[in-house]
Amino acid sequence: MDRNFKQQLMGYLTGNFSCQDIAELITDYLEGSFTLTQRLRFQMHIGLCVACRNYLRQMKYTVAILRKLPAEPVPPHMKEELLKRFRTWKHEQPSSGSSSDS
Amino acid sequence: MVLFVWPWPSRLFIMLGVPTLQEIIQLDEAGLVEALQRGDDAVFTVVMDWYSGSLLRLAMAYVPSRAVAEEVVQETWMGVLEGIARFEGRSSFKTWLFRILTNRAKTRGTRERRYEPFGLPGSDFEGDEGPSFEDSLFVAEGSGKGYWIDPPQGWEPDTPERALLSKECRTAIEVAINGLPDTQRQVITLRDVEGVSAEEVCNILTISETNQRVLLHRARTKVRRVLDPYVRGGNL
Ligand SMILES: [Zn+2]
Repeated sequence: MDRNFKQQLMGYLTGNFSCQDIAELITDYLEGSFTLTQRLRFQMHIGLCVACRNYLRQMKYTVAILRKLPAEPVPPHMKEELLKRFRTWKHEQPSSGSSSDS
Repeated sequence: MVLFVWPWPSRLFIMLGVPTLQEIIQLDEAGLVEALQRGDDAVFTVVMDWYSGSLLRLAMAYVPSRAVAEEVVQETWMGVLEGIARFEGRSSFKTWLFRILTNRAKTRGTRERRYEPFGLPGSDFEGDEGPSFEDSLFVAEGSGKGYWIDPPQGWEPDTPERALLSKECRTAIEVAINGLPDTQRQVITLRDVEGVSAEEVCNILTISETNQRVLLHRARTKVRRVLDPYVRGGNL
């Protein structure tokens, strides 16, 4: 197969995505909103470019870190207050909701 | 299996602790709603425990102080009790719950928030951004156009663990999130911190999918930028 064809194919596959394009499209890629062709082009660039590969990994780690941030602590007095209000609400309900909490 | 167990006194399997609440809710939301309608203390306690932290976090993306956010969460649960009898499951319970919160928080937010331009002068969080706000990271002209000015370094595979162990780094992340424009903060809080699906985020915040992605992208990019100096060169 002649070289020209190969080059054309590569150009087509990477779609001339620049590094900036990769950075700008990275969330679209991670959120799965790409067409198959876009996906292939994106992955082709990532495969050839260390900097963008690093960047993609950094973004994945960023998401992983955010996902594991410690939960916002809920003050106990607030929980007690809510439970109190829940019980009041329960007793104000029409009788149909018979007390099932034995 | 949980489906069979549900009508039993909920306290029993909560004590057994086998399925997580999340699993229960996913598997048997109708059961959850029915238990709340019937006034089951134990179920309410667990559900409230489970969601209040998430609600609080999201509320803080709307109102200026933690104290007000706590009030918004209280009001949200009162809203749940008012509405639970009429809940028909057209959306998931979680979406419904967060919708109640966002409605109340918006009302409170517009009343209480001191409006200020997004970001402070000279901070990284410049305002609401043109279409390509990553420009500053890339070569603008000439043969290297579109290439990284400062190519990203590899972060070590244990970066997430180390970042989360460092108090300094966690604080920096929180500060970064707090400094985001409100809409970006709401999206990243729901989508990444709370792990809500993209579709649900759109429903909760009533924004389009595209808008959701743009806001998420900007928010993530900024948080990554804040993380980088901590992570780089084994600073953690
Ligand atoms: Zn690249």
